[in-house]
Amino acid sequence: MTLVRDLISQGVQMLLVLALAPLLTGFIRKLKAQLLRRRGPSLLQPYRDLNRLMRKDVVLAENASWLFRVIPYITFAGTWVAASLVPTFGSGLLFSWSADLIAIIALLGSARFFLALAGMDVGTAFGGIGSSREVMIASLAEPAILITVFAIAMIAGSTQLSTIAEFMGSSAVGLRVSLGLALIALIIVAVAENSRIPVDNPATHLELTMVHEAMVLEYSGRHLALIDLTSELKLLVYVSLIACMFMPWGAAGPGTGVLAHAVGAAAYIGKLATCGVLLAVFETSIAKMRVFRIPEFLGAALMLALLATLLRFVSGSL
Amino acid sequence: MMQAALWSVAVLLALAPAGIALSMKKQGSATLYVGCLVVTSALAAIALLNLLDPAHPVLSATLPIGLPWLGAHFRIDPLAAFFLVVVNVGGAAASLFALGYGRHEDSPGRVLPFYPAYLAAMNLVVLADDAFSFLVAWEFMSLTSWALVVSHHREAENVRAGYIYLLMAGFGTLALLLAFGVLAGGSGHYDFAAIRAVHPAASVASAVLLLALVGAGSKAGLVPLHAWLPLAHPAAPSHVSGLMSGVMTKVAIYGFVRIVFDLLGTPEWWWSMVVLGVGAPSAALGVLYALMQRDVKRVLAYSTIENVGIVFVGLGLALAFKAQAMNLIAALAFTAALLHIFNHMAFKSLLFFGAGSVLNATGERDLEKLGGLIHRMPQTAFAILVGCVAISALPPFNGFVSEWLTFQAILLSPQLPPWGLKLIVPAVGALLALAAALAAACFVKLFGVSFLGRARTPIAAGAQEADRYSLAAMFALAALCLIAGIFPGLFIDALAPAVATMVGNSMPHQASLEWLTIVPIAESRSSYNGLLVFTFVLLSGSIAALAIHRLASDRLRRAPIWNCGAPSPSPVIQYSADSFSQPIRRVFGTVTFAAREIGEMPPPGSAKPARLVVETHDLIWERLYAPIGWIIAFATERINVLQFLTIRRYLTLVFMALVLLLLVLAI
Repeated sequence: MTLVRDLISQGVQMLLVLALAPLLTGFIRKLKAQLLRRRGPSLLQPYRDLNRLMRKDVVLAENASWLFRVIPYITFAGTWVAASLVPTFGSGLLFSWSADLIAIIALLGSARFFLALAGMDVGTAFGGIGSSREVMIASLAEPAILITVFAIAMIAGSTQLSTIAEFMGSSAVGLRVSLGLALIALIIVAVAENSRIPVDNPATHLELTMVHEAMVLEYSGRHLALIDLTSELKLLVYVSLIACMFMPWGAAGPGTGVLAHAVGAAAYIGKLATCGVLLAVFETSIAKMRVFRIPEFLGAALMLALLATLLRFVSGSL
Repeated sequence: MMQAALWSVAVLLALAPAGIALSMKKQGSATLYVGCLVVTSALAAIALLNLLDPAHPVLSATLPIGLPWLGAHFRIDPLAAFFLVVVNVGGAAASLFALGYGRHEDSPGRVLPFYPAYLAAMNLVVLADDAFSFLVAWEFMSLTSWALVVSHHREAENVRAGYIYLLMAGFGTLALLLAFGVLAGGSGHYDFAAIRAVHPAASVASAVLLLALVGAGSKAGLVPLHAWLPLAHPAAPSHVSGLMSGVMTKVAIYGFVRIVFDLLGTPEWWWSMVVLGVGAPSAALGVLYALMQRDVKRVLAYSTIENVGIVFVGLGLALAFKAQAMNLIAALAFTAALLHIFNHMAFKSLLFFGAGSVLNATGERDLEKLGGLIHRMPQTAFAILVGCVAISALPPFNGFVSEWLTFQAILLSPQLPPWGLKLIVPAVGALLALAAALAAACFVKLFGVSFLGRARTPIAAGAQEADRYSLAAMFALAALCLIAGIFPGLFIDALAPAVATMVGNSMPHQASLEWLTIVPIAESRSSYNGLLVFTFVLLSGSIAALAIHRLASDRLRRAPIWNCGAPSPSPVIQYSADSFSQPIRRVFGTVTFAAREIGEMPPPGSAKPARLVVETHDLIWERLYAPIGWIIAFATERINVLQFLTIRRYLTLVFMALVLLLLVLAI
């Protein structure tokens, strides 16, 4: 009985993240437009875009290899699996033990590895510049998030995400300097990893400033739809990650009933909305950086994370 | 078993002179490599059986050769058995690869005699159980590999590489010789059992640690003793490059482990600081150097330095925990190191074989002259892709598992009491994370520039797929990478006896856990299941593909490259290897390589082209090696005067030397 319930919970979670991801992006776009006193597209626009792209023919470059055609599915699968392992409305996920936080981050890393390869496959300068900048950003963002994970894992005594979520929800946490530093580092990394302003502009098609969009320039049709869905999913993963570790309120514990899960789901949507609002406000109030300012931005995250870890090494209570 | 192992090594040694005769024959190289393949497979099987034997038998034998009062001692304990597996699996794969690759060798007479001798030497180092046999085997290994490095001696670069290698190898052996000399002390016992029984004083043990780190570390390629490695490994024929990077560096690590973990007994707490302080920078610097290279094989050689650094981080953590008698966590760190040794053998050999296949097909090692090979060599491309993903420490492949275990050990290190370690370990963790991320960047570049995109030269456009032996070797190693990635529990259990003999405890039994999950300490703490992750990714990817093709659209048409509407006629416009690493060079290179970019703009009206000059410096070479070389050259220049003296002065010199010696004796 428990197994069936856990299985249902896991299945619901997998479908929920998939269904909510475009909505979150649509919500942020709408909000950004309204902050700029524009009307903005409908909340459902990302779904319509996906639907439209899915139905179109794929126009493939003459010299694209088999790898180019497989990569959208690989990146999507990696990101989806990562998303299904992050607790959203409840922490009692059936398969949460199959990958801890380090493995989830590495899974997202695999997805990025393949996407960067896709940028190089057709052999254009745009794809190359996108991949090259993407790996440069990743080479700083990945250590930053890993060190952040170290700090959090040492406080919670576990790298298991459900255990961390339960620990953060308990009263044992208290106010800690290192957690504050880790949160800031995590937010900076999340902004960078999701190609948001000030690191990259998801709306631009001005070639020289773009990173993610340059990498996927040659994609079209269902491949592009999958890539878009993947990046929407990735945003949701990072928001859920921050929510489950730093806003653990309302999430259903393991073995609780349907009501608790409903409350958890409502709380989760509330958290997504909160993070969406914050991100939209942040993005409208800041300008995009030059590419070579990004290392400083991410270096700050790395240093904060390292400081948090060092504090934890030096003292148990900070 | 012991007899069988020694006989196998003897057969390898006998194949060496046979290689001279075989190199004259038409099918000679195939015969020799088949022989090596059979013998190394047998040795691997013997070692594996010994490692998996639940009784963990320790086999030993003494042969009446070598020093008259000592004899030659040989022994297989679980640690040696594990390293024998690494050496011989790598050796068997290289021999299989060489069955195809070796046919293209221009001068087989320079490769065939040394190849089996080299394999035998590496086996002997691991088998040796006394200092004398160990050092003889070690030096034999250095010399045979040197002969292979200079086998293509007509290229001046290779001769230089061989010269530097010979110098560094001699230096390393000298350090090890001193280490054993100090260990044997006044008693003069050279067999390992006697050394193990005597617990040396703390100062003596510390001196031995440093000497072993210099001696074995220079062979393994630790920064700053790595200078020879990126020159020598690429110079050898590719299957030998694979052996040197994938296997010989592991034999060097074996030397370090044998001396420090086995012979020295209980470590001092600060030893781990030294090992971590060398290992972590090696990891980060190695991969940064790799990113700056254009030569495929040199990228791989530098990446070996990175991986050796990761192994030494694991060993350093194991030393730290062992010094505090936290044996369970020490076992975790030590297992991580051993597993990474095995993993690196698999993917680095695979990648070098791939580089060899590319070299065979195109005659090029320069990334800027390759491109688009995935169309011409699809199977090689697939195998190399697996290797690239595995070495970038990405799940579900094997590289991730060993790095994950190392990270778990780092996460447990706040429990270490010494303050020095509390400060250094977070930095080590950061460097390791940085190395992992940069490795991914490095292998995106390597694979992207050589296999993807459009062919940059006609020769790359006309490349031919590798032969079936080469492909078999590459696919076997790729399969090994995947299997070790999705069933890590089995490998961890196999390592347990080796870990237990070195740190006194081993990780809990993994294979009995549900779904083959690996759980280092406790499930609430951390767990990872490669099999499930792999299955999930495979399933969700296939479901997505199926659903989209069924429900949405499966139509596809080919069209010219879009490129934002701008035509892109020439492959030269593609991103090159140098431009790919330019952002990373700007971020990390200004300090590490003193990199500078100078844009030379002609004045307005001038028809001259603008130029971009990039200047990078190998600071370790310029600040450390070049001054030493200069000092030696300066001193020899001065001493050289002694060659041209008159007989009178020579006699004076002899007389003065005699007086000096007598004085020394008198005092």
